[in-house]
Amino acid sequence: METADVVSEAEMKPTERKLWVWQQRPAKSARRRIVDLIKRLIILGIGFGIFVGCIAVFPFVDSLLGELLWGLVAASVKAALLLLVVFTAVAYLTLAERRFAGMIQRRLGPNRVGWFGFLQPVADGIKFFFKEDLVQDNVHKPLFVLAPAIIFIPALAVFSVIPFGPPDAGTGMQHYQLASVNIGILLIFALSSLGVYGIALGGWASFSKWSLFGGLRAGAQMISYEIALGMSVIGVLIYSGSFDLTRIVEAQGGSYLGFLPAWNVLPQMAGFVVFLVAAFAETNRLPFDLPEAEQELVGGYHTEYSSMKFALFYLGEYANMVVASALVTLLFLGGWLVPGLDLGALPPLLGAPIGIFAFMLKMFILLFLFIWVRWTLPRFRYDQLMALGWKILLPTALGNVILTAIFVALL
Amino acid sequence: MAIGVKKLTNPKMNFLEKLYLWPIFKGLWVTLRYFFARKITVQYPEERVPVRWGYRGLHRLNKDYRGNVKCVACFMCATACPSECIEIEAGAAPFGDYREKYPVKFQIDELECIFCGMCEEACPEAAIQLTPVYELSEHKRASFILQKEDLLSVHEYWILPRYSKVRPPRRTMERLEG
Repeated sequence: METADVVSEAEMKPTERKLWVWQQRPAKSARRRIVDLIKRLIILGIGFGIFVGCIAVFPFVDSLLGELLWGLVAASVKAALLLLVVFTAVAYLTLAERRFAGMIQRRLGPNRVGWFGFLQPVADGIKFFFKEDLVQDNVHKPLFVLAPAIIFIPALAVFSVIPFGPPDAGTGMQHYQLASVNIGILLIFALSSLGVYGIALGGWASFSKWSLFGGLRAGAQMISYEIALGMSVIGVLIYSGSFDLTRIVEAQGGSYLGFLPAWNVLPQMAGFVVFLVAAFAETNRLPFDLPEAEQELVGGYHTEYSSMKFALFYLGEYANMVVASALVTLLFLGGWLVPGLDLGALPPLLGAPIGIFAFMLKMFILLFLFIWVRWTLPRFRYDQLMALGWKILLPTALGNVILTAIFVALL
Repeated sequence: MAIGVKKLTNPKMNFLEKLYLWPIFKGLWVTLRYFFARKITVQYPEERVPVRWGYRGLHRLNKDYRGNVKCVACFMCATACPSECIEIEAGAAPFGDYREKYPVKFQIDELECIFCGMCEEACPEAAIQLTPVYELSEHKRASFILQKEDLLSVHEYWILPRYSKVRPPRRTMERLEG
């Protein structure tokens, strides 16, 4: 009779007797790993391709619609495409944050929804829409509703003056920008400092002491670091002699000693570091996330918010991150310039997408830096934060301005 | 006795540490290494944590070489059981060998069981044993009251495919799949 079904004790016994050991994830075979990597790269490539494509059609929109006296329509179409890119990028940034956080902590992060987790932002969005939108009795309702919009709209509006690609080689026209103003950088600072109103008002209107603390902290912090941020840019402005972001980037062409790209990051090293640190503080990212400080303040200024209002705060932070990394790229890392490659000499159908892709790649690396730093450093104490801002960053930035001015005057 | 006061002084920071930047780079290097390190996540439904040898999970009733139940209905396990979850009804054994009794009914309430393993230690015939099956979940409370047939089929339906490295014989696989 067949009795092989019964497992004898010898068969059940493992070969080596171990105590309770969590098994490490069995290593994927080399082939499987490569296949997975290629699949991920293909998905990422499609994403980047869509982004670059959306931006790269800007000149055609201009030439098709702009010449028919439909400048407004052209601008609207461009704005819609740009909004598509920004919203998608911000949504996927939340996924990137969670994935990278997991990997830094030796976890995997969300990888179940869709292909390798690439549909997670969609699921998150649906969840946010279906959450109950709670408004407490005691809140100051108009400001409570207005605050998320105040923080989100300036973050989006800043994108109107960010140039995404190289100007037209022949005419010098900048098509990859919604509004070609020559004081773009002033507009960016004017708009981005409005964000503090959203946080402070949201914290105040919530009628919660923790939210109020968060809002007050945010006000003090963002005003302090705004100064260092502005000062560190002045060095770049003196160095390139223009307020126009396109001109600032074009001034970074060429190279030092034949191999180092002539990006502003080298001559303006101090300004770069100050700007980066101040940008972390401005976006309320982790080493300086005192406004939300979940261990001390429950959730800071967005404690009382739920549903899409909370999502707007959350997405506003990421939109601010995108703006900050775009600014760092434009001001210090040569924007769309590729070292050793003259984009103007290439045919425009090839040069522009390469430039846009280079710009997005640099932004992506900076965004990775934002996430990487967040999951590495603990939070600053409040006095440390203020000391760093006023005693270190501001003098450094001022010294940088003076040195740059002397240097430029002597040359 | 006076309370001793311990005065702590913060360690002096050197120039590099005062700059914040160098320690930050060191920290970033640590996290970057973890970023590329092998991940320890066990992706549960596909991967399982193997249990330790001797783990006390779901019960099983063993069969002898003829395929008959090994149990002789001696009530040792039911007596030893501290939570009194075993219910046995004895009957005259129809097998025609050395055995006089066999369990007509052998019922264990898995919800009352505390998985102490006393029944396994008490059993003189090694008929009842605890297996490493730990995923005990059902939709109804009644489903947790296991009868003799359920307990006899434990290794066929649970142990062989999921927990054992031994590949089940083809007949079992056919039964499982079909």
